[in-house]
Amino acid sequence: MLMRKTLGVMAVTGMLAFAGSAAAQEKIKIGVSYPTPTHAWAAGMNWHAEQAEKRLEELYPDVDLILVNSPDPESQASALEDLVSVHQIDGLVVLPFESEPLTDPVLNVKKSGAWITVVDRGLSQPGIEDLYVAGNNPELGRVSAQYMKTRLKEGDNIVILRGIPTVIDNERFDAFMEEIEGSGINVLDNKHANWNRDDGFEVMQDFLSRFPDIDAVWAQDDDIAIGVIAALKQAGREGDGMFVVGGAGMKEIIKGIMDGDELMPVDVLYPPAMIATAMDLTVGAFKSNGPVAGRYILGATLITKDNAENYYFPDSPF
Amino acid sequence: MTMMTASDNTATSKSRRPSVDFKTVGPAVALLLLCIIGFLLNPAFISEGNLTNLLTRSAFIGIIAVGATFVITAGGIDLSVGSMAAAIAGVMIIVMDNAVETMGTGVPTVLLGCGVAVLLGIGAGWINGALTTKGKIEAFIVTLGTMGIYRSLVTYFADGGTLSLNFDVRGTYRPVYYDTFLGLPFPVWVFIAVAICGWLLLNRTAFGRYCTAIGSNEAVAKYSAINVDRVKTLTYVIQGLCVAFATIIYVPRLGSASASTGVLWELEAIAAVIIGGTVLKGGYGRIGGTILGALILTTIGNILNFTDVISNYLNGTMQGLIIIVAVLLQRSDWKLGRKPKA
Repeated sequence: MLMRKTLGVMAVTGMLAFAGSAAAQEKIKIGVSYPTPTHAWAAGMNWHAEQAEKRLEELYPDVDLILVNSPDPESQASALEDLVSVHQIDGLVVLPFESEPLTDPVLNVKKSGAWITVVDRGLSQPGIEDLYVAGNNPELGRVSAQYMKTRLKEGDNIVILRGIPTVIDNERFDAFMEEIEGSGINVLDNKHANWNRDDGFEVMQDFLSRFPDIDAVWAQDDDIAIGVIAALKQAGREGDGMFVVGGAGMKEIIKGIMDGDELMPVDVLYPPAMIATAMDLTVGAFKSNGPVAGRYILGATLITKDNAENYYFPDSPF
Repeated sequence: MTMMTASDNTATSKSRRPSVDFKTVGPAVALLLLCIIGFLLNPAFISEGNLTNLLTRSAFIGIIAVGATFVITAGGIDLSVGSMAAAIAGVMIIVMDNAVETMGTGVPTVLLGCGVAVLLGIGAGWINGALTTKGKIEAFIVTLGTMGIYRSLVTYFADGGTLSLNFDVRGTYRPVYYDTFLGLPFPVWVFIAVAICGWLLLNRTAFGRYCTAIGSNEAVAKYSAINVDRVKTLTYVIQGLCVAFATIIYVPRLGSASASTGVLWELEAIAAVIIGGTVLKGGYGRIGGTILGALILTTIGNILNFTDVISNYLNGTMQGLIIIVAVLLQRSDWKLGRKPKA
């Protein structure tokens, strides 16, 4: 039974690959699975996935994208099973909830013959995915530090607000520290602000009480940065060339950069829209004459006033 | 307060020498010790700015914990307060944003938002209370359920993202968090007012005595002609009202609400209540202690931000240790100058 299905799927994919135009009666089905949005970044991802679905299905009438979001790793595993058994997908774009529990379910999809694209969070076993699309966490730290170096001189003081203690946070932080080392810029302290506004506000309040001389803040994340700015304004210490570097690409922050905000003059991109990139590339794997398989690591672009417009999506929730 | 403590101690034999009653002074001693540690780590700890920050921050948990003192004293528990705060904050923001077109961005819109918050708080508290008393479901289960409901509602309202208050309304509303009166920020005044009302209600009214009676022994309270269901429901309504007040001073701080708003506030509020000397199984409540408990909790976080001696990853350990030590101080039978009788 499984064998026949596998053969069937392989036959379909094979036929499509060799004779794309003949596929009108048989649609290319691509499942897109990601966690249910519970924070702004993920909500942005959801929005971009929906936009990409609309755009790609219009562009290629024979492509059917099926978006599924799941509230926890177990339901995501079941969702993957359904995508194979019910929808009989030819390709899968998956942003795993957690690496460990989803590695086997994705492997099973792979065994059905489908193309696998993994987004943002890698699986715990290498070689399963055909394509890996991700933002660049170390690069985010490095780019932030490089910008700090252009604005600050030796002996200037900065404080760092970190995210939730995770690998992502460590990669960003370590790369930042490596880049800032030897520049003569003092990192006064770093504390976890858990990627949320309230913690950003409180940690920054305490930094401000503790250190009378702070020249810049690396907030790492736009939500934290919003809390940081509220604390700076409360203490009346937002002047004198003080600036905050966030990260991600929240629309309010991008808008501020476009309007020439001096307190947050730049942002470092870690875009939720990467899911759309992954969907484009996955459709490309079926449609393009160029090879797609491999690793596609997005740059951590420094968003300044000059290029901000390209990253501004006023309708997205993020 | 002293009366309550005295009555609580009647069972124990009178000591000949004066003994220090750690039940009453325990939380105060713990707070004092924390402040000394904070000062030694960094003298900037006692700067006016930091103390003001500390008090203002304590206001959220403190106000909620005053409500929780009633619920717990009457033998209940409310796990939904953090989610309730997030949901109320979300609805407040939506209502105010939608009222901008018809009512403008002035004080009336803000008052409308606050009114909605109070109504929602009372309503949500009543639901918890009615399900517990009329529905005869354990408070733990009821409020675990509503906790999940309110949390997912705010996620739904925000479409998974963040709800932000209209910029001009924020300008009108902002002073409620940031402005001061006689040197103290408004949230601290609200905290003081709620604390005084709570103290009077618990210690000087029949209602307060009913709460204690129900918490000690519900069956006896019922046979003593106390309307147990009504009193218990009212404790949840008071809790809801306190959550509404906390939300009203929370929203102007950052003008936003999201799924991460108020996460774990319920546990912090319960911890504040227990650190303060209220008994988790009910029958004995202390508002004064609750206030100290809330201050202790925020002070711990504040001190941890003031030092880099302790690894960031161990913050939770320090918080846990201090909470346990604070409760140990007031629970164990510490009597100075006297060995406990076998």
